[in-house]
Amino acid sequence: MNRFAILIPATAGLFLMSCGGGGEPAKKDAEAPKSSATPAAPAGNASISGKAIYSGAKPVLRAVSMDATPACARMHKEPPKSEEVVLGADGSLKNVFVYVKAGLPDQKWPVPGKVTVDQVGCVYKPHVVGLMAGQDIEFLNSDETNHNIHPLPRVNREWNESQPPKGDPKVKQFPKEEIMMPVKCNVHPWMRLYVNVVAHPYFAVSGDDGTFTIPGLPAGEYTVEAAHERFGKQEAKVKVDASGTAKADFVFKAVE
Amino acid sequence: MPDWLHRYAIFVAACTLFLVIAGASVTSTESGLSVPDWPLSYGQVMPEMKGGIFYEHGHRMVASTVGLLTIVLAAWLWRSDPRPWMKRMGLAALGLVIVQGVLGGMTVLFLLPKPVSIAHACLAELFFSTTCAIALFTSREWRAGPVAAAAAGWPAKPGSVIWLPALVLVQVGLGAAFRHKALDVIPHVAGAFVVAAALLFAGIVFLMNYRDHAPLRRTAAALLAITLTQVFLGVGAYMSRVATADAPQPMPVMIILTVAHVALGALTMASSVLMAIQVHRHLRPVSVEAPRMGVSYAR
Repeated sequence: MNRFAILIPATAGLFLMSCGGGGEPAKKDAEAPKSSATPAAPAGNASISGKAIYSGAKPVLRAVSMDATPACARMHKEPPKSEEVVLGADGSLKNVFVYVKAGLPDQKWPVPGKVTVDQVGCVYKPHVVGLMAGQDIEFLNSDETNHNIHPLPRVNREWNESQPPKGDPKVKQFPKEEIMMPVKCNVHPWMRLYVNVVAHPYFAVSGDDGTFTIPGLPAGEYTVEAAHERFGKQEAKVKVDASGTAKADFVFKAVE
Repeated sequence: MPDWLHRYAIFVAACTLFLVIAGASVTSTESGLSVPDWPLSYGQVMPEMKGGIFYEHGHRMVASTVGLLTIVLAAWLWRSDPRPWMKRMGLAALGLVIVQGVLGGMTVLFLLPKPVSIAHACLAELFFSTTCAIALFTSREWRAGPVAAAAAGWPAKPGSVIWLPALVLVQVGLGAAFRHKALDVIPHVAGAFVVAAALLFAGIVFLMNYRDHAPLRRTAAALLAITLTQVFLGVGAYMSRVATADAPQPMPVMIILTVAHVALGALTMASSVLMAIQVHRHLRPVSVEAPRMGVSYAR
């Protein structure tokens, strides 16, 4: 039986080796630019506005069950609906991140003050945020329960930090551009925030009525991209005059 | 050698299966990083057990218990078992559980690197198989010596059944790679067809050819029953995942079926290991004279 005594641990070792590999090497962030408290100075008077609309069968969204954490459940009269798809009666789509993808002059833009995300009733508020690379993002915990904040980036550095009940704010930066970066809380797996990082201040998030406005643009021709966490991305080409407003509507359909 | 050692080894194996279930629950509930530090949890030995912390810290508590139980098992084998290879096996089990604990810590500190997470999942099932093997080796039946069985058809050589646990190991790795998002589900599904066919074939052959040989018959019957259940659980786990894909959080039906599938995976692994051991122990090539039964601590 000696062979078996050696075989089992030896197989374990071999299998460990065979299970390894395949992962991506850790990526190091570039030096984060220092954030500034001054708001971004508009470079022009033009703007792009529009509306995000969903066309298709209305998705059935389940309620979030917070029964496992009473401190979360008692913050809601009834279980909240997932914010993955928030539709108006006319199909207007909330939480679409819209930004100028191409066409801006090649220059450095001043980094504005911090963006704040709160955790209230075990839900991230707001659900989608935009910020500039290197801009401060402040995480608050207004709940009487522990959270952990865990971004799942593709190009920025991943981190995972806990935040005690009503604990001190956590201020972070994401130095690289990245669209629809999920941020989760592993303590409460339903919690999702989407952070969008761009190199300039020309972005917006669609509101309750699906509308958005990107102000302060210089005149020019731009490629505008709209991104939704579930329905993917869309692009539009727009041309704006020096003080005009260009229109860019985006119609999203269910991703098969 | 006291029967209590055998009973204790069974207890350790049962606790290890529970540990596998606890670990699978961490992944299925997406609680993997709900405790961001290691070896302490939020700097404490016992944090408040709420939300994902219940699963993550609970897994650590069960793992610590199994680690302590394994230390006792290794010490007991060292003191009481006269077979040198069993003393070494106890130490090997202790080494495995230590490596497994370190891998678990690495998954936390390095934010679930896929190779480490997959290795952690694979080693869990190998460690469970090791504890099951120790339970078998300390049994009265094993100590009574082999009950020789002349090979009838396949497998002609006792050693040729070693590919069974090797095949299951690969399938366990593919399943872990899917769970940790290193691979698509297709390789795991394709592997399931191959591995299930191989295990069912082996189980049926052993049941048919060695129905009068109690150790081989019992092990083959267990292998068959576990494999069949595992196939259905695998289909159920996948269907539940598809059905609840749009849910804002992991749904109980998906969690229960997936955790059961992982636990049955551990049992499949262990039963294939025990099958290979029993075949190696009892089967004799036709040309070799069958030895008499007897006490043999040497084998």
